[in-house]
Amino acid sequence: MTASPHPVAGSTAAVASVVTAEGVSFRYGSRPVLDDVSLCVGPGEFVALVGPNGSGKSTLVRLLLGLLRPDAGTVRLFGEDARALRDRWRVGYVPQRAVAANDLPATVREVVSAGRLGRSGWHGRLRRADWQAIDHAVEEVDLTDLRDRRVGELSGGQQQRVFIAKALAAEPDLLVADEPVAGVDAESQRRFRDSLSHLVLEHGGAVLLVSHELGAVADDLDRVVVLKQRVLFDGDPSELAARGVSLGVHAEDLPLWLERLH
Amino acid sequence: MPWPFDRDFMRLALAAGVVVGLCAPLIGTFLVQKRLSLLGDGRGHVAFAGVAGGVLVGVWPVWTAMAAAVAAAVVIERLRSRGRAPGDLVLALFFYSGIAAGIVLLGLAHGVDANLFAYLFGSILTVTPGDVGLIAVLGVVVLVVVGVSWRALFTVILDEEAARAAGLPVDTLNTVLAVLAAVVVVAAMRVVGILLVAALMVLPVASAQLVARSFVACLRWSAVVGVVSVVVGLGSARAADLAPGGAIVLVAAAIFAVLAMLRSGRRAQLAFARGHETGRAGPP
Repeated sequence: MTASPHPVAGSTAAVASVVTAEGVSFRYGSRPVLDDVSLCVGPGEFVALVGPNGSGKSTLVRLLLGLLRPDAGTVRLFGEDARALRDRWRVGYVPQRAVAANDLPATVREVVSAGRLGRSGWHGRLRRADWQAIDHAVEEVDLTDLRDRRVGELSGGQQQRVFIAKALAAEPDLLVADEPVAGVDAESQRRFRDSLSHLVLEHGGAVLLVSHELGAVADDLDRVVVLKQRVLFDGDPSELAARGVSLGVHAEDLPLWLERLH
Repeated sequence: MPWPFDRDFMRLALAAGVVVGLCAPLIGTFLVQKRLSLLGDGRGHVAFAGVAGGVLVGVWPVWTAMAAAVAAAVVIERLRSRGRAPGDLVLALFFYSGIAAGIVLLGLAHGVDANLFAYLFGSILTVTPGDVGLIAVLGVVVLVVVGVSWRALFTVILDEEAARAAGLPVDTLNTVLAVLAAVVVVAAMRVVGILLVAALMVLPVASAQLVARSFVACLRWSAVVGVVSVVVGLGSARAADLAPGGAIVLVAAAIFAVLAMLRSGRRAQLAFARGHETGRAGPP
């Protein structure tokens, strides 16, 4: 087993943590994607997961969400096996390239309301409290004025905010966002940062953000995890800054920088 | 009832047609958004094999068509969701196998039963009270299931993986939708025929997408267009002695064409008005 530079706490911390991966390995066919990866996100923590394309970030996210079964190791969400978690609404998920088809006849409010279903029950009616949470999530991403617009009519940045609101609508304890601001304008990135800060500061929710573009949130991060098949770095962003690595500039090149630094 | 629905056979046709005109576009709304517009066609061809099997063994073909279409729906969905083969390939496999099996079974039955044409091209003017009863029951099943699960089906349409992460039973919901599509195909067999059944699932939705501002509105508009197509199509068929199945589908296509033209005209008008306001309008 390859030890990560900053091993996570042992199983005693698993229940207190929001999400824990211990010694996780995964391969697609004969191609290894993740090798002995350990990671822990605690309540109220804001953690960034960075790494180059093909480093295994999205696969790790799918493992952490319980969408894939690891070849080795364990993944626990809120102390339960990630694949058997009952209250799945506790995890909000913004997938990569979350955009709507241009011809999708659905309003912003309808799309955001879909995010509430995991909490309200998929076959039940949405109650007043559900609609309040939905409207609050729309407000969080500053789209209240556009809530009755067809989502296909919005810009790419606005659409991504819609999908972030969808993930926030269930009022999750953990938000996992996979490249949510890739290619969006600075204004949308700023609003995205505000939404995450709000989730962390006001609701005590945890955030795991996968992104190449950490400049907008660099000041708010508690930890940065650098992944390239295995964990190369797991620690305070200031440790990286002390080594001359700027998150805003070098996110994509971080593994290369860290290999040089080690 | 007033002309053209003043005769018993027209009233029965209207009852069967309205149920199908209401239900087919509701299911079609989800299929179109999932980019599975031709799914109804695939189901129809498998249902054809079921009809031929019924003719061969002497069982009411509706039951054998239902069994074949539902079984195919479940198998196709399993193959698609497990990524064993691309969705369009799976559909093509069942599409052609269904037709081939139908032809072989009819060959074994020594000839083409005259009633077969009623299933292939529809025979809404000959539906019996028993047919209408069955179609009504199938319609109620479709309406109840869609009423209960439309939000969940909509969530799956938006993003299957996110829906799975939220704990929704995505595989079950996809199978439910596939089975409902099979049920609608069987219900619509006598109305527009196996060869045109997919049209009633898709064309009203295409029209609704042009005018609806929300998903709920799209469901409502598609059902309205479906019912209007049936009523106008049946009336036209009576008035001009046309084949009712084809007339219904042509009315649905005409509604789409008119709405599309109105929309593009409106867009051009708006673009001209905007250009005029900013002084960028073209030469008078």
